[in-house]
Amino acid sequence: MNKLRLLYLLPIILFATILLATDFSKYDHTDNSTTVTKEVAANTDDFDKMMQALTHPRCLNCHPSDNKPKQGIDQHPHYFGVARGKADHGFEATKCNTCHQKENNEFSGVPGAPHWGLAPSSMNWEGLSKNEIASSMMDRKQNGGKSPNEILKHLTEDPLVLWAWDPGVDVAGNPRETPPISKEEYIAAVKSWFAGGAVIPK
Amino acid sequence: MKLSFNINGQPQSVEIEDPNTPLLWVVRDIMNLKGTKFGCGKAACGACTLHVDGEAVRACSYPAKFAEGKKVVTIEGLGTRENPHPVQQAWIEHVVPQCGYCQPGFMMATAALLAENPNPTDEDIDNNIVNVCRCATYTRMRKAIHRAAELGQE
Repeated sequence: MNKLRLLYLLPIILFATILLATDFSKYDHTDNSTTVTKEVAANTDDFDKMMQALTHPRCLNCHPSDNKPKQGIDQHPHYFGVARGKADHGFEATKCNTCHQKENNEFSGVPGAPHWGLAPSSMNWEGLSKNEIASSMMDRKQNGGKSPNEILKHLTEDPLVLWAWDPGVDVAGNPRETPPISKEEYIAAVKSWFAGGAVIPK
Repeated sequence: MKLSFNINGQPQSVEIEDPNTPLLWVVRDIMNLKGTKFGCGKAACGACTLHVDGEAVRACSYPAKFAEGKKVVTIEGLGTRENPHPVQQAWIEHVVPQCGYCQPGFMMATAALLAENPNPTDEDIDNNIVNVCRCATYTRMRKAIHRAAELGQE
């Protein structure tokens, strides 16, 4: 009889032990979804901040979709019929570096930064939505085979990208407009977005 | 700063107070080479075009410090009266200049183009020769550029 009772009790004891050992918090759908929602919201916030910079004319002017660089906040076509050329740096003899050097020129008002030139044609962002820009940026087939870490480095360390916050003065000596968020905010948002998995909001 | 560079085949060293002094003023005021002209001062008209390490640059917007250790060629060093550069010869043959002020810049831009593309099409010329001539000598210049290409291949 005792043996029979034990046979009945054993599964009950085992089940009770499992119940007690289980951390139910991870199955708490209400709490979990709140956490996930907060994470997604934070990542979306980072994404939006990053995109405020990447969609600003200071950035988009060198990511044209018609192979013609743009100038100014009004994004007019670059004077003198300048275009991409074969290597993203202008024509054979009249190149970007004919006028643009490694740094801004405060005498002439000609902007400059290291490797001044257009982004590759696979990175034509003009006319794209924020999500389309991010998708192309993260797509190795379009971004020149760059890993997420390499893209992160480009976005946060490349002096030509960061030139957007040090664009110098125009020909009249007036400071050029910078993106709507500070360089520090931008870099923090980009790093946070990548750390959060670089989720592109749908 | 002390600036050392090669100009028209000669090594030179000059003292400049501001390293950002436009190369144009070093060439004109210190080297006394007056062929390179000041036009707009904002890298737009091309009157100040010269070569740095074989590349055409707008000297009004080129800080002198970047010429350190490089080879600079101005219109005075392109050719000689006895042995003109094909571009200079073609310019003479087609009597291109009118007032002449902008022509050194055009000739330097053309020489840079022919070095990269010895037989440019009209489209190549339109793309690369974007200097400004207030006398509008563009038609004669186009003929002269094609002639210079011929001379360069003879």
